[in-house]
Amino acid sequence: MTECVGLPGSTADFRLCQSSRPGLTRGLLLAQVGSMASNETHHAIETVFRIEQARLIAGLTRMVRDVGLAEELAQDALVTALSEWPKSGVPRNPGAWLTAAAKRRAIDGFRRKKMMAIKHAEIGRDLEEDGTNRIDDIEAAMDDDVGDELLSLIFTACHPILSQEARAALTLRLIGGLTTDEIARAFLSSETTIAQRIVRAKKTLGNAGLAYEAPRGAERQQRLASVLEVVYLIFNEGYAATAGEDLIRPALCAEAQRLGRILVRLAPDEPEVFGLLALMEIQASRFHARVAPDGSPIPLTEQNRGRWDQLLIRRGFAALERAEALGGANGPYALQAALAACHARARKAEETDWPRIAALYDRLRQILPSPVVDLNRAVAHSMAFGPDAGLALLAGIEEDAALVRYALLPAARGDFLFRAGRLGEARAAFQQAAALSRNERERAFLLKRAGECG
Amino acid sequence: MRVMVMVKATEDSEAGIMPTTELLEAMGKYNEELVNAGIMLAGEGLHPSVKGKRIAFDGASRSVIDGPFTETRELVAGFWLWEVKDMAEAVEWVKRCPNPMLGPSEIEIRQVFEAADFGEAFTPELAEQEQRLRDKAASR
Repeated sequence: MTECVGLPGSTADFRLCQSSRPGLTRGLLLAQVGSMASNETHHAIETVFRIEQARLIAGLTRMVRDVGLAEELAQDALVTALSEWPKSGVPRNPGAWLTAAAKRRAIDGFRRKKMMAIKHAEIGRDLEEDGTNRIDDIEAAMDDDVGDELLSLIFTACHPILSQEARAALTLRLIGGLTTDEIARAFLSSETTIAQRIVRAKKTLGNAGLAYEAPRGAERQQRLASVLEVVYLIFNEGYAATAGEDLIRPALCAEAQRLGRILVRLAPDEPEVFGLLALMEIQASRFHARVAPDGSPIPLTEQNRGRWDQLLIRRGFAALERAEALGGANGPYALQAALAACHARARKAEETDWPRIAALYDRLRQILPSPVVDLNRAVAHSMAFGPDAGLALLAGIEEDAALVRYALLPAARGDFLFRAGRLGEARAAFQQAAALSRNERERAFLLKRAGECG
Repeated sequence: MRVMVMVKATEDSEAGIMPTTELLEAMGKYNEELVNAGIMLAGEGLHPSVKGKRIAFDGASRSVIDGPFTETRELVAGFWLWEVKDMAEAVEWVKRCPNPMLGPSEIEIRQVFEAADFGEAFTPELAEQEQRLRDKAASR
């Protein structure tokens, strides 16, 4: 197959490489080679690059031990491709081609700058000894450990030494292939802020002397938790998007789901990875049913279940089953997925298995103690065993400082009291909730309920 | 966005000629790649149209037509549902598919409709109307 791929990095594109330097954005790079190919070809090449870039950066990171440098090398490879592919055609294995181009560039860089002498010697020797400039070898090597490399890159991007925002931005950039501009729009932030955040994160990682390997043993669980947290944060950011916002925001849900689907393949023995995927698939199944045409949120029990995406629900169930089969039924994500599954299983709101939901919340508060979980647990118990059961559980958490100004607490109490026929107390509770609410629509809803208390 | 990727039938597939072991292996590997990339939601292969039925609608009348159907190259022999970022990504992934048939063949990509596709034209009123229609359909 080598005849169709002409090795990159040798002559014509060298000038371009020289002009590429840290900080130069992809847009500028593309402008430089803009005259060399039609827009259509450019777009196709960029698409190939987007598909390949996570694996590419993962492999390069392991080679040069620096995420920032790896990303630059990958960008250089893209520039090379943009100048060569329009002439030679897209190679049969573009991933291997890009890797070869980037690795060659790495060696050129080390030699030219006569810096990082030790790394240079190491990498140069490795490459010369194993003949890595042969496409077939690279391809074979990629088949072997590409999974490991990609998983390592995900672990690195989600490293706990970084802030949560930095982890999310870096993950979307390196694994998701989003541009800085897209990430900024997705997180309602400025491009400069996000660009700085990413630069700083890469610097922090570079200075930390990381092993760039997927951690094992006890550390693995802790680091995995950090990865899952980032993926779920990205998902929730997308799920919080409201009508009329930039479409990149809801697209974050799809991005997080994709990350989850990739992760279950990379870590097929980790129940919580399946638990999180199950949770996201089931929650996403309600995406189009969760808001009214006027943009106001529709509570779960009042959603039109005909609009729930049954394909995603089935995928969620399958992932949940896998999490449970791996012994992870009590993981925090698996439990939340099991809760979501209870609602998904009910074809009508009245068919909801509330006793099961109440039992799941009993378990969830053991492993994920939180006043909000306690509040939801009280609601579930009230639905399963009557309003008095709910009121009894509320009594235990009403003094919790975290909930003192939380409108949903008196709202829940109002609902329980209303259902218990204690209308005067219910009205007072709804009014208290309305006073605490910071959301116009929610306040209107609560005042309406107060009015219904006669 | 979600796309349906349809493998079109050929004279061979309609004749019930099964794929070779090599092709099955190549397809298996390709499917693995799709799953690893996180884009595959579902996929199935279909029996030849000789086992299929068509139902023709005209006003209140419904008539059943037995397969096989004649316009071989327009028939669907298999499909995937993918979640991709854009059409270009779907095209690139399809290019990586091994030729799904023994001879020349075609794969067609179609985008699945979502409310957002209507953009500005999809006003709240229209959304509400659609919601009502769906509600009706669901309660039927």
